[in-house]
Amino acid sequence: MTAVDISTTTLREAVALEERPSRPSAVSTSLTFGWRALLKIKHVPEQLFDVLVSPVVFTLMFTYLFGGALAGSTTAYIQFLLPGILVQTIIIVTVYTGYTLNSDITKGVFDRFRSLPVWRPAPIVGALLGDQVRYTIASVMCIGLGLVIGFRPDGGVLGVVAGVALLLVFAFALSWIFTILGLLLRTPNAVMGVSMMVLMPLTFASNIFVDPSTMPSGLQAFVDVNPVTHLVTAVRGLMGGVVDAGDIVTVLVSAVVMTAVFAPITMYLYRNRH
Amino acid sequence: MRDGPQHAVEATGLVKHFTSGKKTTKAVDGVDLAIPTGSVYGLLGPNGAGKTTVVRMLATLLRPDTGTAKVLGHDVVSDADAVRAAVGLTGQYASVDEDLTGTENLLMLARLYGFRGPAARQRVADLLAAFSLTDAGGRQVKTYSGGMRRRIDLAASLVLSPRVLFLDEPTTGLDPRSRNQVWDIVRVLVQDGATVLLTTQYLEEADQLADRIGVINHGRLIAEGSPSELKHSVGQGAVTLRLADAGRRAEAAAVVQRVLGTEPTLPTDPYGLTARVPDDGTHRVAQVLPALEEAGIAVPEFSLGQPSLDEVFLTLTGEPLPEDEQGSDEPALEQEVSR
Ligand SMILES: Nc1ncnc2c1ncn2[C@@H]1O[C@H](COP(=O)(O)OP(=O)(O)O)[C@@H](O)[C@H]1O
Ligand SMILES: [Mg+2]
Repeated sequence: MTAVDISTTTLREAVALEERPSRPSAVSTSLTFGWRALLKIKHVPEQLFDVLVSPVVFTLMFTYLFGGALAGSTTAYIQFLLPGILVQTIIIVTVYTGYTLNSDITKGVFDRFRSLPVWRPAPIVGALLGDQVRYTIASVMCIGLGLVIGFRPDGGVLGVVAGVALLLVFAFALSWIFTILGLLLRTPNAVMGVSMMVLMPLTFASNIFVDPSTMPSGLQAFVDVNPVTHLVTAVRGLMGGVVDAGDIVTVLVSAVVMTAVFAPITMYLYRNRH
Repeated sequence: MRDGPQHAVEATGLVKHFTSGKKTTKAVDGVDLAIPTGSVYGLLGPNGAGKTTVVRMLATLLRPDTGTAKVLGHDVVSDADAVRAAVGLTGQYASVDEDLTGTENLLMLARLYGFRGPAARQRVADLLAAFSLTDAGGRQVKTYSGGMRRRIDLAASLVLSPRVLFLDEPTTGLDPRSRNQVWDIVRVLVQDGATVLLTTQYLEEADQLADRIGVINHGRLIAEGSPSELKHSVGQGAVTLRLADAGRRAEAAAVVQRVLGTEPTLPTDPYGLTARVPDDGTHRVAQVLPALEEAGIAVPEFSLGQPSLDEVFLTLTGEPLPEDEQGSDEPALEQEVSR
């Protein structure tokens, strides 16, 4: 064992802080927490790749297995499927927001954050900002795969970028549901399990995989009010070059509503958690 | 005396309940504290006594059900931000991010406290050097040893040189060497004027570091005083002998009783013998061995044990610590003298 000796002088010098910096702004504090989220992606990249496995499998499976039957040809089907798969992927990645938050709490890291003299929502807002980078990386990889197997969006680069941007706005708003679960549930795995139960109906009872006109009417009614359906339609439209303002507005409104409802609940729980 | 209030920490009637399911636990049941600025206060108690809950209330992480607390004159509920700016907290479990490196952890905190650019990096470098972690700074914290984790956690609490420091069981689970390092660090901080509240399960630790000790059990302070007052109330520990010849134990017991004035207890080990040291009897401990030698009784093993937390509890509450609450790794301070 190497001898480690604490030098009293160095310690004393480090403790005798001459100048106390002034309190940083809410923005800079949130950005610092966002930087931490990026460091996590750098040190634990597995987390990102784990969630990318299922969309890759889904894309390949649906395109080559059912593409012919569902849309006449695999190339025709990938144009329809890819925006949907992209939406599904990003929505699933949002679950990690709650999972990470809960791990921070169980490991005690959040205690330190909560004991800092900083703008209270900063740790959560910062984590959500960092997650935007995670969503972007996931989007790029998903679209990259699509391009390789024949996705040729008519909306061009601009349409694709606009579609991703709309998706990111929605994902940010949706994340607040998972921060609530992250604060309420006991373990990270419980957060994972419950979040998936929330997501299953949202993603499968939507128009991600098939056109809902073939579905039974009761299910169709749910699919029609499901905000994910509107999101998928809007993203498909943007990427396919046929913009439907109605769906875009619906998506933006549901994002605002979700944030307005769930962000305050998150902050309430965050302040009052034991 | 420094500027500011006479008491760095003041609490009155702190109460905190926890409810999980149908069960409600009264974790803290009316705790009063008054810790003079610049002193070390040791909160001593077994597992589950309520130590962490008290610290978390003082550090603004938990809101008291009733009662009030002030840190440097700031109310922990209504003026929580001022408290947070003045206080450093090292929790019972490491609260650094294990996935990040030591440097990244400290850099994040330095920025959160308002250090910018090169000033933040300089602050981190100074802290790493002060805690002998410069070489380990680039490694993820999950690769650190227990002692290193404790040090990075302490460094993290000192980024802004807090004037009040809360240390929750800072040495539990550490090897003796790392424990001594933590003690040294605490001593330096106190010399530099910080006020420290530390919790511990070890009487020895409180004795080594604290100016005043509060003994907590079931959420209540059951005794308070200086270390010597407290030990006084318990007695000065016990002398334990092991004889060469079991047949002479009764004779030896008589000699020990004559010297110390307390009646020895005879453990099941036929060679063993234990006697409490009375309050006024410390100086007579040294006479036990010569007296036995004079009587021609050989004593191959002799030890003087300080009173342990168990004994403190036995004396203060009249009941021993519950079996499952006794720290098995309790370092009873034993001064072995083998002959
Ligand atoms: N978050 C919590 N929820 C429910 N019970 C708790 C919680 N925190 C502590 N307790 C209970 O409160 C009591 C005191 O706990 P604690 O303050 O952690 O004691 P100590 O730090 O002295 O070991 C214990 O009975 C413990 O089980
Ligand atoms: Mg504790």
